[in-house]
Amino acid sequence: MSDQSIKQASSSIPCPTFDSPAFTVPKPLSEAKVAIASSASLHHADDDDFAVVDTGYRVLHRERRDIVVGHWSPNFDASGVTADLNVVFPIDRLEEMADEGVIGSVSDVHLAFAGNQFDLAAIRMDAGPAGAKFLADHEVDVVLLTPV
Amino acid sequence: MATVALGSIRGQIYGTAPPRGLFCDFPLGRPLGVPDDAAFQRRVIEHAFGLLDRSEAVVEDYDVVIDPEDAEILMCPLPARMDPDAHPAIDEAKGLRPAYQRAIAKFDNRAGAVRLLDADTVPSAIEAFIRVAEGRPWKEAGIPGIPARVSQDIRGYYEMAALEIAGHTPAAWAGYRWFRDQTKTGEVMRKARDAMRESGAKEPLWRFLLPSDS
Repeated sequence: MSDQSIKQASSSIPCPTFDSPAFTVPKPLSEAKVAIASSASLHHADDDDFAVVDTGYRVLHRERRDIVVGHWSPNFDASGVTADLNVVFPIDRLEEMADEGVIGSVSDVHLAFAGNQFDLAAIRMDAGPAGAKFLADHEVDVVLLTPV
Repeated sequence: MATVALGSIRGQIYGTAPPRGLFCDFPLGRPLGVPDDAAFQRRVIEHAFGLLDRSEAVVEDYDVVIDPEDAEILMCPLPARMDPDAHPAIDEAKGLRPAYQRAIAKFDNRAGAVRLLDADTVPSAIEAFIRVAEGRPWKEAGIPGIPARVSQDIRGYYEMAALEIAGHTPAAWAGYRWFRDQTKTGEVMRKARDAMRESGAKEPLWRFLLPSDS
């Protein structure tokens, strides 16, 4: 198995480039509310699985750990996240950092998208902005983006 | 809102040029690096959050690399034959059922190991791929769904069982290598993929039966 060869093949997949990505200087981390947005197709066990070419997002709740990796792809190792959710969705690490005052607080809501997309237009124009607004409405200051 | 992106694929994290990005050369599926190692995960997050102090866009490398290549050969004994009349792969899958069930009880089905199928139908799904491997056109073989998804479920069933039998979290891809190289069903899946490719099936149908460099 060559993890590196899969990465090299994936590196050549065309991806959008942005001339001037939005750049925001957040409030001090010790005062910031932090959320996670994952592209690992995570969802709660009783929520909808991700369908083929599903460009929507699922909301993950802070207090729940019944999270399923809905990512349909052979090209990732699933054993790590089976044993430890935090290796993909580091919610317990954020809780520890909040307890220690390193971050201000942990958001009550987090987001997950399906990262294995062939056409990003719907995410860029619809689900992405909607998810960002959802987090903004929950007064999130900082978002940690995690892949799978 | 400010964002910090972790990325496991250099070309993508540098290519998309997020406002703040950290390239972590960790195995795919483990973007925080090491399962069950809170201190390691914490260092990754703290490095990423350190980028929030920057006054302009930045993408940089994390200074620890985890290369899973040959990191572990999973020692995972397979069950003895129970039914000499059954195909070895079918017999093997049925023999792993108790370990799979114990793994689900212990870890839940967090990785979505068997969700298109259920544990009862894994053997019949393997039987469909046996027919493909033996030359039956894939459309006529009775594969119970999109071939790649059924294959991912079968692999997940095996890797869950392996996690329980091995008794520890294996190095990245070690469970997959065990499935591919050591099990009868892994052999079936490789042969089925090759048969589909040689029969002229569309590439996406056979390509994703197994990881893309297998």
